[in-house]
Amino acid sequence: MSMPNHFQEILLRLMNNNVFLRLDWLSLLLYIAMVCFGIINIYSTTYTEGIFDFETLSNSVTKQFWIFVFCLSTFPLLIFTKPNFFENLSYVFYGLSILSLIGLFIFGHTISGANSWYLIGGFSIQPSEFSKIATAMVLALNLSSFQNDIRQKSTFFKILFLIVLPMVLIIFQPDPGSALVFMGLFFVLIREGLDLRFLYFGIIFFILFIFTLLLGPLAVCLITFFIVFLVFYIQKRVASKTKKTSYLVSLGICIIFSCSVNFIFNSIFEQRHRDRFNIILGLDADKKGIGYNINQSKIAIGSGGFSGKGFLNGTQTKGNFVPEQHTDYIFSTIGEEWGFIGSSLLIISFTVLILRIIYRAEKQTSAYRRIFSYAFASILFVHFFINIGMTLGLVPTIGIPLPFISYGGSNLIAFSIMLFIYLNFDANRLN
Amino acid sequence: MIKKITLLIFTVGCSLLFIFQLINLQLFSPDYLELSNNNAIEKRPIYPNRGMIYDRNGVLIVTNQPVYDLMVIPENLISFDTLELTSFLNISKKDLKKQLKKAKRFSHKLPSVVIRQISKEERASFQEKMWKYPSFYFQKKSVRDYLIPTASNILGYTSEVNESELKNKTDYDIGEMIGRQGIEKAYEKKLRGEKGVSFFQKDRFNRIIGPYEDNTFDKNPVISDNLNLTIDVLLQLYGESLFANKRGGIVAIEPSSGEVLALVSAPNYNPNLLIGRERSNNFKILVNDTVAKPLFDRALQAEYSPGSPFKTLNALIGLQEKVITPETIFTCNKGFSYARGAFMKCHCPVGTKNKLIRSIYNSCNSYFGKTYSKIIESASSSAEGLDRWKTHLEKFGLGNYLGYDLPIGKKGFIPSSTYYDNWYKKGGWKSSTTISNAIGQGEILTTPIQMANFTATIANRGYFFKPHFTKPKSQKIRDSLYPKNYTLIEPQHFETVIEGMHQVVERGTARIAKIKGIAVSGKTGTAENFIRLNNKKTQLTDHSIFVAFAPKENPKIAIAVFVENGYWGSRWAAPIASLMIEKYLTRKVKRSWLEKRMLEGSLIDEYAKPLSGNSFKINE
Repeated sequence: MSMPNHFQEILLRLMNNNVFLRLDWLSLLLYIAMVCFGIINIYSTTYTEGIFDFETLSNSVTKQFWIFVFCLSTFPLLIFTKPNFFENLSYVFYGLSILSLIGLFIFGHTISGANSWYLIGGFSIQPSEFSKIATAMVLALNLSSFQNDIRQKSTFFKILFLIVLPMVLIIFQPDPGSALVFMGLFFVLIREGLDLRFLYFGIIFFILFIFTLLLGPLAVCLITFFIVFLVFYIQKRVASKTKKTSYLVSLGICIIFSCSVNFIFNSIFEQRHRDRFNIILGLDADKKGIGYNINQSKIAIGSGGFSGKGFLNGTQTKGNFVPEQHTDYIFSTIGEEWGFIGSSLLIISFTVLILRIIYRAEKQTSAYRRIFSYAFASILFVHFFINIGMTLGLVPTIGIPLPFISYGGSNLIAFSIMLFIYLNFDANRLN
Repeated sequence: MIKKITLLIFTVGCSLLFIFQLINLQLFSPDYLELSNNNAIEKRPIYPNRGMIYDRNGVLIVTNQPVYDLMVIPENLISFDTLELTSFLNISKKDLKKQLKKAKRFSHKLPSVVIRQISKEERASFQEKMWKYPSFYFQKKSVRDYLIPTASNILGYTSEVNESELKNKTDYDIGEMIGRQGIEKAYEKKLRGEKGVSFFQKDRFNRIIGPYEDNTFDKNPVISDNLNLTIDVLLQLYGESLFANKRGGIVAIEPSSGEVLALVSAPNYNPNLLIGRERSNNFKILVNDTVAKPLFDRALQAEYSPGSPFKTLNALIGLQEKVITPETIFTCNKGFSYARGAFMKCHCPVGTKNKLIRSIYNSCNSYFGKTYSKIIESASSSAEGLDRWKTHLEKFGLGNYLGYDLPIGKKGFIPSSTYYDNWYKKGGWKSSTTISNAIGQGEILTTPIQMANFTATIANRGYFFKPHFTKPKSQKIRDSLYPKNYTLIEPQHFETVIEGMHQVVERGTARIAKIKGIAVSGKTGTAENFIRLNNKKTQLTDHSIFVAFAPKENPKIAIAVFVENGYWGSRWAAPIASLMIEKYLTRKVKRSWLEKRMLEGSLIDEYAKPLSGNSFKINE
C-alpha cells in the first residue's frame, strides 16, 4: 500500500468517528443564514403594526426566534440518532401523521377558513407540514426495497396511494396549497425510474391547458394537429417504420383534452381558482379586486430597485399593502427593502441549497437515505418555486410559505427536522 | 441520465426565470417606484396664512379667519337624524342627499366636502351634537377676514382654485385659495407665500399611519409677506360714503410720490359678501347686475370724455408751443364760429375779452377752441400739429395704460393723425374738424385715474410718478420702480395755469370747493354723454367732473372726481372733491352742511330715467 492510500484510510476512519467533520457545513450555514434573514424580515413586516399594537410585534418576531432556538436544540438529538432509527420507524411516523390529519376533522381548529391546526397549550400545530416528512420516509422505504420497482404497476399504485392519501386528507381541510406540495415527490419517482413519458405528458398537458385558456380550444386543436402532422411527417422520412395509430391516439387525446379544458376550467374549478389563473395569464387586469395581492407584491418588489429601500424603510411593507406579508408574501418585503441584490442572493442561496442536497444525495450508498434526501430537495423546490413565483406574479396565488423565511412555527420546525435528518444521513453516508 | 438531472434542470431553470423576472421588475421598470410612492406616501401641503393687508398708516384692513368645511366619509355613515342636521346646517334635505350621493360616488373611504365654509359661529353651535354623526367632521380652512369692509375694488377677492385652472397652475392644489382681482391678484405671490409640504406614510386603506421617514423630506412653508397699501382707509371710507346712491369714482393721488390715497368706485360691494357659504350666490348677483355693475371699477376701467379739465392741458401745450402767451386775448361772443356755418357755444356774454387765466376760471370754450386751432395749424400740416399735440398728452400719461400695480385698466384714447386719416380722406381734416378736442369732448377718452394723474402732474409742475397702491419696502426700490416722468412743458407755464385753476375755486366755476385756510386749485367739467337706447343714440344728463389739487404750493393731494349724470361739475364733483381734500388735509370736515348734502344726495332717479321706457328730460 502506498502512503497516500494509507493516509486516506486513516482519514476515512477518523471521519467515520466524528460526525462534525463529515457534516455538510454549507447546507447548515445556508440554513442558519436564511432563518436569521427571515426573522429580520418578519420584524420589518410587523414593524408598523407595532405602532398600534406592541403585542403583535413582539409576538411574531420573538415567537419565530424561540422556534428557531427550539429547532437548533433538536439538532444534536437528530444528528446523533442512528440513521436506521428513521428507516425502521418510517411507517410508524407515516401512520401517526395520517392519524393526526384525520384527527383534525374532530379536534382541529380553523384558522382563516382551513381546518388545519391543533391548538395545544397556546401553540398551533399544523400536522400537514409534518406529514411531508413521513410521506418522504415511506416513499424512500418502499422504493429502496429490492422487491419494488416503480416501473411495476403494483409498486407504482402502492406508491401513488401513499402519496395521495395525505393529499386527499389535506385537500379536505381544505388546504389545496399544502396538498399541491406532495406533487413535488413526482421528481423522486422520475429519479427512481418512472417512465419519462409521464413527465412529457405532464408538460404537454400543462402547455395545452394554458394555451387553451389563452387562445381558445379551436386554435389549440388546429395547432396541435399541425404539430403532430409535422412530427409524423419528419418521423416517416427518417425512420422506415412508423406507428400511425399511436400518432392518431395522441392527437385525439390532445384534442379531447383541449376541448375539455374549457369545461374543466369553468365547471370544476372554483371562481377563485379561475381568477388566479386569469391574473397570471393577463386575462384579467382588475387591479383593485382579485389581482390586488399580486399587483401590490409586484409593486413592492419592483419599487425596491437595485439596492432596495433599506431595512424598515419599505413603504409598501409599512403600509401593509401586501396582505399576509410576514407569511406567504415575505419575499415581497425582501424585494422591496433589500432590492435586486438581496432578493437574487436569496434565490441563489435556495438554488445552491437544493443543488447541494441533490449532489450529496447522489453520493449516498444507502438507497433509503438517498431517496429521502432527494424527496427533501423536491419538496423544498416546490415551496421555493410556488412561493417566489407567486410573489413575482409568475405562478397563480397558492398559499404556501417560503421555507426557512416565512413566519410559521410548524413549517420552520418541519423543514428544520428534514434538513437535520438529511444532515444526519449525509454525515453517515459511509456507514 | 436525464432522470437524474430532471430536478436539477427544473431548479436551475426556475431560479434563472426568477432572476430574469427580478431584473425585469427591479431594474427595468421604474414605474413601480412611482406606483409604490403613490400608494404609500401622502404628500400634504402646509399652507402659510395669506399675507395681511394694512393701509398707509398701518391700519389693519384684511386678515384671515378660520372657516370649516363639513366633511363626510361615506364608509362610516350610520343612520342619523336628517332633520336635526339639515336644520342645524341650514341646508335642504334634498341638497344634503345630493351631496352625500356625490361623496359616495367619489369614494367610500376618502372624505368629501358636504358644505363649504361654515363660519366658526355656526360650527360652534353644531359641535356639541357632532357625536351623533360619526361620519362627519369639520376641516379647518383659512379665508379672508375683512376687518374694515371697504375698498373691495382695490383689494379684489380670493376664491378656490378650480379644476380647469389646475392645468396651467401646476403649483396650486385643488381647493387652495387664489387671488382673483385687485391687490389679491397682483400680489398673489407675495401674499400667498410658499407652501410647505409634509409627507405621511399611508396603509392599504389609504389611512395615514404616521410621518414618512421621520419628516426628513418635509419642507417648511415660507411665511407670506404682509402688504402696506398706499390707501388711506379713512379717506377711502369717506369717499365711499360720499358716493352713496351715486355712480362714478374718485381717485386721489399724493403728487410727490404717486401713491394712490383713495380709489373709490361706486357702486361698490361689501367684500364680506365674497366669503363664506353664500359666496357663490352673492357673486352671481354681483355679476348679473349689468345696470349698476358693482364689479366694474369705474375709477380704473371707465373711459369718459374728460370735459373742461382737459382745457388746462390745451393751455399748457399752447404755452409751450408758443401759440399763446398768458397775455393773449381772445374775444368770445357767446361762442365762436370756427368754420363756415359751424359755431361752438359758450356761456360767456357777447364781447367778453378773456386772457388765459380768466378763460380758465370762466371755462371759456371759445378761448380753448382758438388755442387748439393754433396748436394744430401752427405746424406745417394739421397732421403734424395733431401728432405733436398728442405727444404732449402722452407725456401726461394719457392714451395708454398708466402701468400701476393693479391688474385691470383701460388705455383711454387720444386720437392721432392716422386715426383721422382713416375717418376722413387723407388731409381732409383740420383743427376745425376736430375742434371738440379743445374742450375735452369729441374723440378723447380718459379714465378717472388718468385724470387724477394729469392733475398730479400739474400740481408737480411738470412730472408725475406712476400711480401705485402698495408702499415699496425701501426708498431704493421706490426710486427704481417709480422714477419721475417729465412732460415736455417748461415749469413756468404751469404757474400760469395753476393760477387759473386757483381762481376757478376762488372766483370761478367752483367757488363751492373753496376751503378756509387751504389754497385749492381745480377745474370743473360738465361732459355730454350718450348711450344707445332702443338702437337710438340718446343723450343723458351730463357727467359732473372736477379735478383739483391742494395746497397750491407743495401739494399734498391731487384728486379727480367723476359723478355720472350729475350735470354741472360744481353740483356734485366739486363739493365731493373739496370735502375729500379737507378730510385728508385736516382730518376733520367743518362744512357739515355741504357734507350732509353730499351724503344724502341721490342720483337714483336720474339713473332710472333711461330704464323707465318713457321719454325723459335731461340736465334738470
